[in-house]
Amino acid sequence: MMRDIWLVPALPLAGAVLLGLLGGKIPARLAAVIGASSVGLAAALAIRIALLWFAAPPPGDAFLLPLWTWITLPKFSAVVGLLIDPVSLVLILVISVIGFFIHLFSAEYMEGENGYARYFAYLNLFVASMLLLVLANDLLVMFVGWEGVGVCSYLLVGFWFEEENNGEAAQKSFIVTRVADIAMLIGILILALRFGTLDISTVLHGAVSAWPPGSFWPAVVAGLLLVGGLGKSAQVPLQTWLPDAMAGPTPVSALIHAATMVTAGVYLVVRLHVLFLLAPAVLHGIALGAALTVLLAACAGLVQSDIKRVLAYSTMGQIGYMFLGLGVGAWGAAMFHLASHAIFKALLFLSSGAVSMRLHHEQNIFAMGGLRTKLPLAFAAFLVGALCLAAVPVVGCGFFSKEFLLGAVWAQNPLLWGVGILGAFLTGVYIFRAVFTVFFGASVDVSGAYGVRVILPLTVLALAALGFGWLQTPDFLGGANIFSNVLAPALGGAATDASWPVALIGMAAPLAGIGLAYALHQNGFWRRQGAASPGLFVRFLQGGMGFDALYRAIFVKPFLWTVRVLKDDPVDQVFQLLQRAAVGLHKRLREEQNGKLRRYAGWMMAGSLATILAVVFS
Amino acid sequence: MSLCLLLAIPLLGGCLAWPADRLHPHLPRIISLLALAATLAVALPMLHGTSFWLADFSVPWIPAFGMSFHLGLDGMSWLLTVLTIVLGMFSIVVSWRENVEKIGFFHANLMWSLAGTIGVFLALDLFLFFYFWELMLVPMVFIIAIWGHEDRRIAAIKFFLFTQGSGLLILIGILGLAFLHQRATGVLTFGYFALLGHEPGGAAGFLIMLGLFIAFVVKLAAFPAHVWLPVTHTQAPTAGSVILASILLKTGAYGLLRFVVPLFPTASHTLAPIALWLGVASIFYGAVLAYGQNDFKRLIAYTSISHMGFVLIGVFVCNALAWQGVVFLLIAHGVSTGALFIIVGALQQRLHTRELSRMGGLWGDLPKLSSFGAFFVLAAMGLPGLGNFVGEFLILRGAYGAAPLITILAAIGLVPAALYSLIAIQRAFHGPVREARAIADFGWRENAMMLALAAAIIWLGVYPQPVLDVAAPSISAMGVTP
Repeated sequence: MMRDIWLVPALPLAGAVLLGLLGGKIPARLAAVIGASSVGLAAALAIRIALLWFAAPPPGDAFLLPLWTWITLPKFSAVVGLLIDPVSLVLILVISVIGFFIHLFSAEYMEGENGYARYFAYLNLFVASMLLLVLANDLLVMFVGWEGVGVCSYLLVGFWFEEENNGEAAQKSFIVTRVADIAMLIGILILALRFGTLDISTVLHGAVSAWPPGSFWPAVVAGLLLVGGLGKSAQVPLQTWLPDAMAGPTPVSALIHAATMVTAGVYLVVRLHVLFLLAPAVLHGIALGAALTVLLAACAGLVQSDIKRVLAYSTMGQIGYMFLGLGVGAWGAAMFHLASHAIFKALLFLSSGAVSMRLHHEQNIFAMGGLRTKLPLAFAAFLVGALCLAAVPVVGCGFFSKEFLLGAVWAQNPLLWGVGILGAFLTGVYIFRAVFTVFFGASVDVSGAYGVRVILPLTVLALAALGFGWLQTPDFLGGANIFSNVLAPALGGAATDASWPVALIGMAAPLAGIGLAYALHQNGFWRRQGAASPGLFVRFLQGGMGFDALYRAIFVKPFLWTVRVLKDDPVDQVFQLLQRAAVGLHKRLREEQNGKLRRYAGWMMAGSLATILAVVFS
Repeated sequence: MSLCLLLAIPLLGGCLAWPADRLHPHLPRIISLLALAATLAVALPMLHGTSFWLADFSVPWIPAFGMSFHLGLDGMSWLLTVLTIVLGMFSIVVSWRENVEKIGFFHANLMWSLAGTIGVFLALDLFLFFYFWELMLVPMVFIIAIWGHEDRRIAAIKFFLFTQGSGLLILIGILGLAFLHQRATGVLTFGYFALLGHEPGGAAGFLIMLGLFIAFVVKLAAFPAHVWLPVTHTQAPTAGSVILASILLKTGAYGLLRFVVPLFPTASHTLAPIALWLGVASIFYGAVLAYGQNDFKRLIAYTSISHMGFVLIGVFVCNALAWQGVVFLLIAHGVSTGALFIIVGALQQRLHTRELSRMGGLWGDLPKLSSFGAFFVLAAMGLPGLGNFVGEFLILRGAYGAAPLITILAAIGLVPAALYSLIAIQRAFHGPVREARAIADFGWRENAMMLALAAAIIWLGVYPQPVLDVAAPSISAMGVTP
């Protein structure tokens, strides 16, 4: 049964190939069936494997399925193989199950769009790449999935390609992550040179025995790999692509933010945590960058008026929390928050998509209002997601995972914990700013009803968001350790529980944030903020704090300037100069051949004289 | 003997194709295709056994000057020969529906150029090599000059001057090498094996090496010797562009691998730092210029310069991993760039323009063409899982131990590669539709070609080991460090 693991990435890949080849020829309904069922089957298989796993874990808590030899040369070899261990098992469940519901939702959301089959082909390829990324046993194979994810996000963000802006957003997402990936590639090259292979367990064992903790090379390699992770996971300073990536269809955003792509960086660090432990400086850097990201995302989230951008910044912030956990070595807590975030973020995006579906793709929250009664399902789903995101005590999975994570951070570094608490407060403010603005107050008109392909994903994800957190609870709520026990063989045991004052503050912060959001809603501040033209500082926050302008000035403009200067190929111009010189000389000499005898005689005289002089004086 | 068939069949096919258009306009095409299929049928079974030289053929040619008609086939030349034959077939099929003037003579030139290229890959006598080098290039001048696009005259002149210039350098180089060898040993010979291991020392040896190096770098079209390439590739007819980019460029790399480094190990080692920096310059220069082009075909031509920068680096770090990467990248680049030229040719045929500013939004009108176009652009960009990535990775991996700084710069060069790739997709296939068009998408002939090439590039990327195994013995025999 474990051997069937290859089918998990292969099924969506087959779906993508099938849709790519048949694309235009098959009816839309069949395209949706192929697209959704391939991921659905993969999800079913992943669940089956997981159940078998929990019933009887294989020896060593890892199962390797070697597939074929990719490259074997005297000094380098790479084998394509799939590795199931608790980490990859959790991730394939998250990716395939949530991925399936997003496919299902898409089938209704994208109905009637041009390129319906193409959309599902990309979506399937996206899921397949992500599954390959997390199952790969070799860093080079992982890199295949890694870049595949990047390309799919590029294709999907730019899915509505007629809009020039979508194309720019798509290119930006690919290029920013590509820059990060090149750093990662250089890190991979160093590992390949040092160890002759990129098989993850060999590399990790080799690194531990070859490099003492805190030495130079693990810091360089971990740092380079981290840059790749920061790019994919949209962390400071490589976060700029994420808000623009909202140009894609909303279910795509759900896929990018929940099941695929942005979690890749977290996964990378967890997978290679043995290497990162050899580089404490890099871990400190991760924590510091994460704290910055949490604050930046929360501040930017406060001033967005596009509902998808609110959610985009919230993703950046939540991934920041995961990196905060990674920075203090709380791998299991980061993984728990990853899984929990995947559920509620998919729920948030899909319910926001469900809202804008009924409002002619309106995304400005200030153009909405009072939708609580008009769209009860979307409201309930969005509310559950928002409660989870804000980490309101006991209600949803976000509370349990954030509590678990911040408890671990507190144990390591109270200052970082303080930043986390501040972030949690601001998160409560900005997400409930959106909730109150969209669903309360004066109402706007909507029409139409949801089909089952929208209702089912929203319901299931909402229930999952409510229930998932109970897998890992703090001591005063039963002290369940199911999730960390699953991960324990790969990542070590759970962190100790935080003391009650710490937990209490952690619970109070989001409530205070929601209270503030409510108070500002009641006195109409949010509406006024939406109506007023933003001041300089607000615009600075809205635009993501000037990173775009900075990169434009130091990267984009010099590059375009170079392109303009070199456009006509200066080297070619040099050769053309030779040509022109030859032609010019030819003309001059031809002018001399003009039939004027006196001139010829003059030249002959001069020549003879020169010769005589040369002979006499030499 | 079958080695002679590899040359004789395409030569004869060309001679038959020339007059055949008087009988039927399609006949030259059929003759050429059959001839190449026959050549392929001869070439494919030659890959057998484990011996390093798969085949060898030698008869005296001009004994007085020590020249012999010596052909040999090892794994590397087998791969490049098969690439030549297969892409030659594509270049014939690609213009199947086009209305070509003097179609017999066109195909004769194609076939002769292909025969010359195969000869270049097989020759183990330096003078014979020079002979095939010329045979390869002269018909190509005709193809550009007669059947090229609007600026074909300039393109043909440029191509002629640069290739003849490099041909002259090769001639001087091999004559000098033979004479120096004669002075040292008393034997006048142009035989590859006789000259191997007798590197002429001193300034003369270095100059000869330099001459050959320049000649091959011109053919490879690395910076700054690339200036003939953009205009030539742009102005040539599609079939010519495919052959130029997919096959003829590779003879430059082959010359460096087969002759320059093995015959002059010391001198080329001295030159290596400069060659490596030229490689880096090519990568960036080609990429930046590709980004700025408005002519789609010219854009692809500049990307070749960028890719050949990787090849140059791989050759001059002189280790087996990088050389495996070089051979692999030559093949993958042949497939991906060949496909791209076919696609741009198809676009020009439909839109009557190559200008990107007049394209945009083609995905809506031409979904198949655009999907294949985006696929091959991404393949050429070095997307992992496709062929080019394996070549580039092996080059970088091989180069990293020898020249870390160069390797890091080359890897950074993959960023501008992404830039020009995406801008090409954006300007041609994505973006708003600028003008209404009523044009047909790919038909079954074009789809079949594209699917075959796409399958090849996927296979190369996913399961490259067979190709690496074929090339391995020749590379380890060429005396580079493993």
